[in-house]
Amino acid sequence: MKYYIVFVFIIIFSFNLFSQHNENNETENNNHEEEFNATEVIMHHIADVHDWHLWTITDKETGEEHHITIPLPIILYYNGNIDIFLSSKFHHGEKAVVKDDRVYIIHHEKIYMANKQNTLDFDEEQNVTNIMPMDFSITKNVAAMMFASLLILFIFISVAKSYKKRPGRPKGLQSFMEPLIIFIRDDIAIPNIGEKKYKKFAPYLLTVFFFILFNNLLGLVPFIPGGANVTGNIAVTLTLAFITLIITNISGNKRYWGHVFATPGVPIWLLPIMIPVELIGIIAKAFALMIRLFANITAGHIVVLSLISLIFIFKTVWMSPVSILFVLFMYCLEILVAFLQAYIFTLLSGLFIGMAVQEQH
Amino acid sequence: MAGISLAAIGVGLVVIGASYGIGKIGGSAMDAVARQPEAASKIQTAMIISCALIEGVALFGVVVSLLVA
Repeated sequence: MKYYIVFVFIIIFSFNLFSQHNENNETENNNHEEEFNATEVIMHHIADVHDWHLWTITDKETGEEHHITIPLPIILYYNGNIDIFLSSKFHHGEKAVVKDDRVYIIHHEKIYMANKQNTLDFDEEQNVTNIMPMDFSITKNVAAMMFASLLILFIFISVAKSYKKRPGRPKGLQSFMEPLIIFIRDDIAIPNIGEKKYKKFAPYLLTVFFFILFNNLLGLVPFIPGGANVTGNIAVTLTLAFITLIITNISGNKRYWGHVFATPGVPIWLLPIMIPVELIGIIAKAFALMIRLFANITAGHIVVLSLISLIFIFKTVWMSPVSILFVLFMYCLEILVAFLQAYIFTLLSGLFIGMAVQEQH
Repeated sequence: MAGISLAAIGVGLVVIGASYGIGKIGGSAMDAVARQPEAASKIQTAMIISCALIEGVALFGVVVSLLVA
């Protein structure tokens, strides 16, 4: 019985969504014909932006679109000058920002220095050729990452405090977090790194697991404070993989480096080939970690957005229940992937660290 | 347009390869668990690691195709 109610709700809800869109579409069509470009919309949604978009209001009479956004701070460094201002000063890319003699223009979410006529220069392929200042802005991804970090801090500090208060009897949040922590310790840290040495690396494994997990799950929330594609940003996964690379190689013992530079059982004349291969192997492990997390999360977001785009591509009522059911299914799968990718990243980090620190056996 | 369709064919080939590999791993893991049910958790870990490695290679292909398209 319950399932029927849920199903009916989905149908009603999806029709409702469509009818709203239909109204908007008509008003848009009255004023200007606009072709729906799925690739553009999807790429815009998975990319990083300088302000946090909440919703868009279309004026019914004039057909003008007003974007309601949360402005985020922009921090630019150019020729020894640091400029800090809010992204709302760009007025969604319509205006340039002037600081002393420096003029900044935002174009497709990239900030450029304006030329002498205060405009942008384009080459034949419509690429901007202006100089770019160094951009240290708090973008949407950075803000979402900070929120996730604060959430993790809040949860774990409160859990740690309640362990001090009532040792040995988990309650509330504690009983939710404890199995996850013990799972990382007993299923990842101890079997891969070993009983003796795991204590030194367990804090890193726990941090990286919960950081990826929280960012993955928040990325699936379609409204603020979620919706940013943090772990689907290659810079973020690069940094995470780089930390694993550094920890692995710094804690590598004599045996580990022996396997790299003088692999046991390999004849001397083969070493000139083996050493480069082993050195590439060190980098390739971290590189695979980076690509795996990035591609999995980005692919998930792209699939969900494409399924929603189907409604607007087909422009028919009957597509929306189908696409919403598919999106629901994808969301269930994505929650699994969020856990799985956090687990795999942690597991492989543990495995690589374990290979670097294990003794002869 | 030609670039996009070639990239799509490339992704298809990558998917064939990866699904063959992961299917083989899954089948062998099932066999192994059926023979030795008490080693299920160890087999599962090994299975997930090798699936992740294959998936990593498949995703290289997907990323390259995305860049080309």
